[in-house]
Amino acid sequence: MESVVHIIAAVLLLTGGFFVFVGSVGLLKLPDFFTRLHAPTKATTMGIGAILLASMVLTTMRDGRLSIHELVISLFLFITAPVSAHMLAKAALHRRVKLLDHSKNAQLAPKAAEQKTPE
Amino acid sequence: MKRWLPMPLHTLLLLLVWLLLNGFSAGHFVLGGFLAWLIPLLTAPYSDHQNRAGKPLVVIRYVLRLLLDIVLSNIDVARRVLKSNRSLQPGFVAFPLALQGDFPLTVLASTISLTPGTVSVDFSEDKQWLYIHALHITDEQALINDIKQHYEKPLQEIFSC
Repeated sequence: MESVVHIIAAVLLLTGGFFVFVGSVGLLKLPDFFTRLHAPTKATTMGIGAILLASMVLTTMRDGRLSIHELVISLFLFITAPVSAHMLAKAALHRRVKLLDHSKNAQLAPKAAEQKTPE
Repeated sequence: MKRWLPMPLHTLLLLLVWLLLNGFSAGHFVLGGFLAWLIPLLTAPYSDHQNRAGKPLVVIRYVLRLLLDIVLSNIDVARRVLKSNRSLQPGFVAFPLALQGDFPLTVLASTISLTPGTVSVDFSEDKQWLYIHALHITDEQALINDIKQHYEKPLQEIFSC
C-alpha cells in the first residue's frame, strides 16, 4: 500500500517538475513578450497543480486523514494567475512592446490598448 | 439581520476556508468566525450586485471540462515550447461576446487565461469584444467557435444571461 502511494506521488512530482521546467524554458526561449507570457502562466496551473497533488497524497498517508490545504492553495493560484497575466498583458500593450514580426492581427494590439472595438 | 450579516454566503465561505487552512479546532472556529463576520461587514459597502450562479450540475460539468482542457492544452503548449520558435504563429484574436455582466465576463476571461495557449488581454469599452492573445493560431474562427461552445455557452446557462 505504502509503495503504491509513493509511486503515485513520485509520478505526480515528476509530471509537475517537467511542466514547471518547460514553463521556465519557455520564458527563456520564446520570441516576444506576449508569447513569453504564456509559459509561466502554464507552469502554475499544471506544474504546481501536480506538485500540490503529490504533497496532498503524501500528507494524507502520513497523517492518516485527508489533507486539504493543497486544494485551497491551488484554488488561490487558479484565481490569481489569470489576474496577474491580465495585468502583465495590459502593461505591455500600453508600453507598446514590440510584437513578433509575423504575429497575426498585430493591428488589434493598439485597439486593445485603448479598449476600442476591433473595426 | 441584513445590517449585521450583510453577506451570509461569503461569511460561510470565509469560515470554511479559514478552517481548511488552519485545521478544525474550537479556537480557530471562534477566530475564523469572528473574521468571517467582520470582513464582509467592512467590505459590503464596496460590493455591487452581481449575477447569481445557478444550476450546480452545469457548474460541476463546467469545472470538470475546464480541468480536462487545462491538462490537454498544457501538453500541447509544452510541445510547442520545446519545438522551434519558427513554427509558432502567435497573434491576437478579437472574440465577439454574447455573455454580459461583470462577474460572468470575469469568469470567462479567467477561464481563457487558465487554459494554456490563450491569455485574455482586455475588453473593449462597450464589453462587446474580448481581446485574446494566442500562442499559436491555426484557424482563428475555429478558436473562437471552440471558446464559444466550451465556455461561453455553459456560462450563459449558469448565469442565465
